[in-house]
Amino acid sequence: MKRVRGRVLDVYAILAIGYMLLPIAVVFLFSFNDPAGRFNYVWQSFTFDNWVNWDAVPGLRDALETSLVIAVLASLTATALGTLIALALVRHQFRGRAPINFLIFLPMAAPEIVLGASLLTLFLNQTLLDLGFWTIFIAHVMFCISFVVVTVRARLVDFDRHLEEAAADLGATGLETFRLVTLPLLWPAILAGGLLAFAISVDDFVITYFNSGSEITFPVFVWGQAARGVPPQVNVIGSAIFLIAVGIMLVSVIVQTRRRKESSA
Amino acid sequence: MTFFHRHRWLAPWGLLTPGMTWLVIFFVVPLGFLAYQSLQSGIFPSYEFTWEFSNYREALSDNREQLVRSFWYAGIATVLALAFSYPLAYWIAFRAGKWKNVFLVLVVAPFFVTYLIRTIAWQTILSDDGTVVGVLRTVGLLADDGRLLATSTAVVAGITYNYLPFAILPIYVSLEQIDRRLVEAAEDLYASPRRAFLRVTLPLSLPGVFAATVLTFIPSAGDFINAELLGGPNQAMIGNVIQSKFLALIDYPSAAALSFVLMAIIVVMIAIYARIVGSERLG
Repeated sequence: MKRVRGRVLDVYAILAIGYMLLPIAVVFLFSFNDPAGRFNYVWQSFTFDNWVNWDAVPGLRDALETSLVIAVLASLTATALGTLIALALVRHQFRGRAPINFLIFLPMAAPEIVLGASLLTLFLNQTLLDLGFWTIFIAHVMFCISFVVVTVRARLVDFDRHLEEAAADLGATGLETFRLVTLPLLWPAILAGGLLAFAISVDDFVITYFNSGSEITFPVFVWGQAARGVPPQVNVIGSAIFLIAVGIMLVSVIVQTRRRKESSA
Repeated sequence: MTFFHRHRWLAPWGLLTPGMTWLVIFFVVPLGFLAYQSLQSGIFPSYEFTWEFSNYREALSDNREQLVRSFWYAGIATVLALAFSYPLAYWIAFRAGKWKNVFLVLVVAPFFVTYLIRTIAWQTILSDDGTVVGVLRTVGLLADDGRLLATSTAVVAGITYNYLPFAILPIYVSLEQIDRRLVEAAEDLYASPRRAFLRVTLPLSLPGVFAATVLTFIPSAGDFINAELLGGPNQAMIGNVIQSKFLALIDYPSAAALSFVLMAIIVVMIAIYARIVGSERLG
């Protein structure tokens, strides 16, 4: 009986994972389609053209470049700011911890549309900055900080303080200790936070859409095409993003597993 | 000895200030501006701050239909997401063995493909010329001119799918943290597997279920992309109204008031839910 129930669960899990991957399979499949009209809904014939000429659609390349530049700048900034906050929260005792934790949690819990709308009212009520590249950058840093803090903090908890004390005992200055001991040990945590921030930034549509003015990021571009029929080149970019993300995640899983084996051996 | 070593109490604030300043200026202050805007009257571009509380009354009365629909959709999508995610998270936590992390990657990876592209993929799957509609029509579950696109079913299905990681991950984490010896102890004491699950595993995983509910419900209630891409005019949610008032109709005070109404209802519903879950765990 127990074994039967276990089998049922196995079958369910396979079907469930299949369901979650189904839209991705469709995106991938239709990236090889040669659509008859504007709408890429019905399978016509197989072609590599969309992959070879991925930037044949006017505006696509610019939008993608804008997205990548913003994601690099925003994730670097958010990673720096978020890592410092995480360090303060894990390594120092101070009053006011609860409100700060709450303030970090809120942007992750608030509906995106409210974040986007409230930032828009801020930008509309000032004259220093027009809506565009920099307002998108500011918005992305804002919602990425919390995710960086949470990611880095989770990995900082089992950081061994004795190593820093040992460095200081051996005559290292504060800066030397930070550069030679603290930073190398923190590196994996910072990298994880930065990659998450990058992924969230590239993917964001709602908050960007409210604060982009006439600037076009990749998701805003896709939104603009959605009404007119999305060209298969968008599927190419979507598939490429998927393959890169899975690649990075699998590599990190393998590295972690191997490191755990080494340390236990 | 550096400056921060001599003044240790200053060190956390030196680390906190840059990031927290960013969050205050670009997250807290904008909420103030949104509140300010929501109490203005007049026509674009000459709004005036007049404590116009009627904006809120109108936001509620003019958009009752979309508000009710949003929370209705969000509620159904959350229940579906929990029902879908719990067994899957359980399977990954307890039965996937050494492949656990690989399955976790497989489950999270689809969500690194741009939200809009994922939703457009559902458009393709559910389209009138697609296989799904074809099969349903042949079997008779759908009339010969029946559609899936532009129906409530499509919108709820889209919302459910798009927020699945927010349900799976918290449940997985809480299941993963359970001390397996507790379950073994229950079984040693002759609890049937079903009883051991209901009395040990399920209660211990409730914090994850709570987090999953909140993290799925909030973005679902504020969503407008699924209603826009998978629904028709009769599926408009409150997010669609806010979005068009801000970006198409340029009616900022009304849109701002509506944003606060949305947030207030979410906060109240979560408070009630937290109360119910909390009292159940105590009692």
